[in-house]
Amino acid sequence: MFGHPSIPLSSCYAPFVAATASPPKLRTPRHAAIVRVTHWITVLCFFALLITGGEIVISHPRFYWGEVGNVMTRPLFTIPIPSSRDTVPTGYHYVMPDQNGWSRALHFEAAWVVMIAGLAYALYGLFTGHFRRNLLPEKGDRSWSSFRRVFAKSFHRAPPGEPGAEAYNVLQRTAYIAVIFVLFPLVIWTGLAMSPAFTAAAPWSVILLGGRQTARTLHFFISWLLLLFVIVHVTMIVLAGFKTRMRAMITGRVVEPPPARRKTDRR
Amino acid sequence: MTPITRRQLIATGLTATAGAAGLAAAAHFARRYGLIPPDHGGLYGPGETLTYAAQRLLASHAPAREFPRSMISKAPFANEVAPPSDAFKRHQATGFSDWRLIVDGMVANPASLSLSDLRSLPFRSQITEVACEEGWSYIAEWIGTPLSEVLSAVGVLPHARYIVYRSIQTDWWDSLDMADALHPYTYLTWGMNDGDLPVGFGGPLRMRVPRQLGYKSIKYITNLTATDNIKAFGKGLGSASPEGGYAWYAGI
Repeated sequence: MFGHPSIPLSSCYAPFVAATASPPKLRTPRHAAIVRVTHWITVLCFFALLITGGEIVISHPRFYWGEVGNVMTRPLFTIPIPSSRDTVPTGYHYVMPDQNGWSRALHFEAAWVVMIAGLAYALYGLFTGHFRRNLLPEKGDRSWSSFRRVFAKSFHRAPPGEPGAEAYNVLQRTAYIAVIFVLFPLVIWTGLAMSPAFTAAAPWSVILLGGRQTARTLHFFISWLLLLFVIVHVTMIVLAGFKTRMRAMITGRVVEPPPARRKTDRR
Repeated sequence: MTPITRRQLIATGLTATAGAAGLAAAAHFARRYGLIPPDHGGLYGPGETLTYAAQRLLASHAPAREFPRSMISKAPFANEVAPPSDAFKRHQATGFSDWRLIVDGMVANPASLSLSDLRSLPFRSQITEVACEEGWSYIAEWIGTPLSEVLSAVGVLPHARYIVYRSIQTDWWDSLDMADALHPYTYLTWGMNDGDLPVGFGGPLRMRVPRQLGYKSIKYITNLTATDNIKAFGKGLGSASPEGGYAWYAGI
């Protein structure tokens, strides 16, 4: 029979390794429990916020700059879709069903949940050194040449298992830091700047942005940036090995393949 | 999988007990200080309750945002309203001279006020923004009688907790808690931009609640009722809005 262990195979094939010869070792968790839990809460809330945010936009798919804007004023831009309100001139003779009620309720509820999860994660990250250790670019990596090196490596499709696969590289660290410390705070700020009661108590929150309609337009663009991050993030997960990355983020464990076998896998 | 140790079991039990006790204490505290909105039930109740409670704790007395006269919108948007009823058309034909605001419920002196009665009370003006839940907005000057002036004129009783207000369009009714009802920027509005309040914008009489979204500023007000039992109105959710899926508290 072809491949019988007693017959030496030609050298281009990997040596036969019995499945039980070297059981995969379970390492310390790749991601701490609080990172995993808050990650998946954020995933759920992000999609709830995205869908309901889209529904709310449909009731007025026009965007403005400054403090005020309505159908009597010139928009900054419009989205070429029908609206769920017949008072909005869209050019379509069709009015979409109104989904604003539950959309608004779910939008704000998901915002609360993700804020609480984010706060727990931020406190954990600050006090355990998770941000410093895992996300802040390492000392020798804070240069453009490090960025270029990562790009070059990515284009050569370095296989998983190469040194560096266990920690984030400078590009990943920068992306995560930007999302956690720039985009999340900005999307929360621009959201609160649309609240009439919050801005009554903290007028600076909307004045600094340049007005209520500017806040709404920025909120819209930041949501797109967050969606762009999610698309790139999921694409990278798929390219890097969907199963192992998902297992790492769900159970916290990474099955580490024995290094010797890894090399010969590259036929 | 490692077996659960006794220590872990005790720690988990203690944490769960502390969590449950904490929630119970928070619920008691929230009820006592009026931090639970009438539409606190259902899937979205927790979110509504958190928003309402947080804003009542942190910002009950904040004034509304005001704007300079130069920022008044040249072309405000009236939004559409249902076609006027025959009753409204009759009022319109007589210049609203017979329009009455009925004030009843938990007040010492129930009253039926004409527009000129209202105008004889101390009145004020504010330049504030109407922000619709859909996303659009405009700024106007609003002239009216603060609701607090009307409530003190009729002697609202100290244990009233909500002011229910109703429109001549019977589908529209709403309510305010006392923090918003007595807030100096909550008006029964009868003037806009130095003129009478146009019908499109809610004339002859509109409730103006600038710290909440536009849908709380109901047009064509005919009735005020002070109550301590909001459950007795409609489906008990505080206004017509939650019956259509929208939040009772619209401060966001």
